[in-house]
Amino acid sequence: MTAAAIEVRAVDKRFGNVGIIRDLNLSVAKGERHAIIGPNGAGKSTTFNLISGHIEPTAGEVRLNGDVISGLRPFEINRRGLSRSFQVTNVFARMSVWENVRCAVLWATGHRYAFWKNVDSLPEVRERTAKILDDIHLMHRRDVPAGLLTYAEQRELEIGITIASGATVVMLDEPTAGMSHAETDRAVALIRRLTEGKTLVIVEHDMSVVFGLADRISVLVYGHIIASGTPEEIRRDPKVKEAYLGEEAH
Amino acid sequence: MTTTTTSTPKLATDPAGDNLRFYGVWLAGILALVVLPLVFSSGGSVTSFSLIGIAIVFALSYNILLGQTGLLSFGHAVHYGLGGFAACHMMNAVVSHGWPIPLPFIPLFGGLGGLVFAVIIGWVMTKRAGTVFAMISLGIGELVASSSLILRSVFGGEAGITTDRTALPKMFGWSFGPQIQVYYLIAFWLVLSAIAMYALTRTPLGRISNAVRDNPERVQFIGYDPHVVRYIAFCFAGFFAGVAGGLAAINFEIANSAYLGAIQSGLVLFSTFIGGTAYFFGPILGAILVTYLQLGLTSVTSVWQLYFGIIFIGIVMFSPGGIAGLVMMHRPLVRAGTLGTVIPAYLVAIVPTLALACGVILSIEIVARFSGGEPINLFGIGFKPQSPVTWITAAVLLVVGGFVARLSWLRVADAWDRAATVARDRGYLA
Repeated sequence: MTAAAIEVRAVDKRFGNVGIIRDLNLSVAKGERHAIIGPNGAGKSTTFNLISGHIEPTAGEVRLNGDVISGLRPFEINRRGLSRSFQVTNVFARMSVWENVRCAVLWATGHRYAFWKNVDSLPEVRERTAKILDDIHLMHRRDVPAGLLTYAEQRELEIGITIASGATVVMLDEPTAGMSHAETDRAVALIRRLTEGKTLVIVEHDMSVVFGLADRISVLVYGHIIASGTPEEIRRDPKVKEAYLGEEAH
Repeated sequence: MTTTTTSTPKLATDPAGDNLRFYGVWLAGILALVVLPLVFSSGGSVTSFSLIGIAIVFALSYNILLGQTGLLSFGHAVHYGLGGFAACHMMNAVVSHGWPIPLPFIPLFGGLGGLVFAVIIGWVMTKRAGTVFAMISLGIGELVASSSLILRSVFGGEAGITTDRTALPKMFGWSFGPQIQVYYLIAFWLVLSAIAMYALTRTPLGRISNAVRDNPERVQFIGYDPHVVRYIAFCFAGFFAGVAGGLAAINFEIANSAYLGAIQSGLVLFSTFIGGTAYFFGPILGAILVTYLQLGLTSVTSVWQLYFGIIFIGIVMFSPGGIAGLVMMHRPLVRAGTLGTVIPAYLVAIVPTLALACGVILSIEIVARFSGGEPINLFGIGFKPQSPVTWITAAVLLVVGGFVARLSWLRVADAWDRAATVARDRGYLA
């Protein structure tokens, strides 16, 4: 049996005496689209931070494709093929849209800290950047500083930066938060297309997005996963109904 | 040099024209460096040009930190000073050992002096950005400056280390005794350093430095260690500051503790900020202006530092983008052809603004010279600091000038907004 893309084993995270995450177990198979849902304050973003190396687990371990990654720095985890977006838009505000995406392409194309190459004359970087800008429909805004984009455009750029490195495991933290219906539909189509053949972990509040997009869903309540399964299983699970879907299910 | 360090706007212009303009600006700059001392050939001018050249290299090196990587250093003169000492020691060693190294190569050793210290101290310093970095840089600056007075064998104590630039092997038959020859040596290194530092902004490292400046957290999630990025940028800044220090050592034939002190560090911060950190050419403008002010003001007023402070506060409050920011604000207007609509408002504003400035200058000088100072000479008009006529003049200029100036500035802002809106509607954002 091949290793899961992401394997979280018995992870605890305490801030002082407060346990935010308790005995968290999560397994995401390669190529799967996995959604994490749960009420506000359940620890969804903390889970993302734990997996992506933003914070370190107090106990337990996280594996990426079978290798332990807990304790590694975020950039080390990123170099192993895991990329994440942020719930609050987190772009390079003073740099142009083009520069934003290009920066995210540079490490993956092997240019690293090079100070002897002209960044404008790297054909593979240029092509990859152009392709991603086409994919996220921002080519016409390429020279605009990212800080001046509309909110929806910034969210799209956020996704573009996240996938630019070509990571095989992509984690999106509420990619459609604050979007209108039309914008959400567009973003979901975009996510579906861009994560084709990749492993996707997504935190999302919009249930139509979750049930439309995910192969499997995990429900997080008070820092603990109470159920994991297909959308059908989750819909029927009495514990989930009680804890979470009860008041929000359509 | 007109390209920003943050982005490369390529709006509706043809690339060939862009290229032509780009190289045209650089060639014009180089030509100006060659021709300037021929036009203004007095000894004083050539000395000033030499100092400006050194200041430009220093300020550009500082902007690698401040403008491009977002690191506010209060101790950048450490690298400048150590570069100066390294250059002096090297020159003396060349002379005493009879090495075949001519003077034009000496700034390279200055650069190495600045670089070596940056390599040693930088890793710890750049672990964090922001306030932590600023505070450590201040501490290191003080540490090195006070060490320079204690470690006499290296720094020569109060007297410093002296050297004789004419004793080195000749190159092209130049002895580098006359100031004009030193000027051309400085100009040569200025061009070399400026091209190298500009090129640096166009490399993967340069762009990632910008990303670290904007958002160090996110950089970690695109595969980069912001610490390493800051460290490499810090080393480059240290090297070019060392080159500037080496040039200063050649120019003055001495290196002493004043080179690496807080005043020197403050001055480079000041020049870079006044010039504008967001554009490559900003620090060049800042270095030219500040050096000129320094040379010019010290001879006419004893409180020249006060004027520096006022200018600095003015820029921080009213134009955080510096002079370069003010200039580049007008680029969309020029492109959209609406610049003409704001010029009249500017011309109208000049008169009351000058009156206000005269009021400020007069008030400062009255205070500075009240007890036994010389008479004030303002644009050829003499004022006695003790005379009530002078006080009334100052008060009228301040109050009336200030009031009318404010009105005229509002009109400037209005005119500018209208012109900018038109420009935006025509598709020119930058």
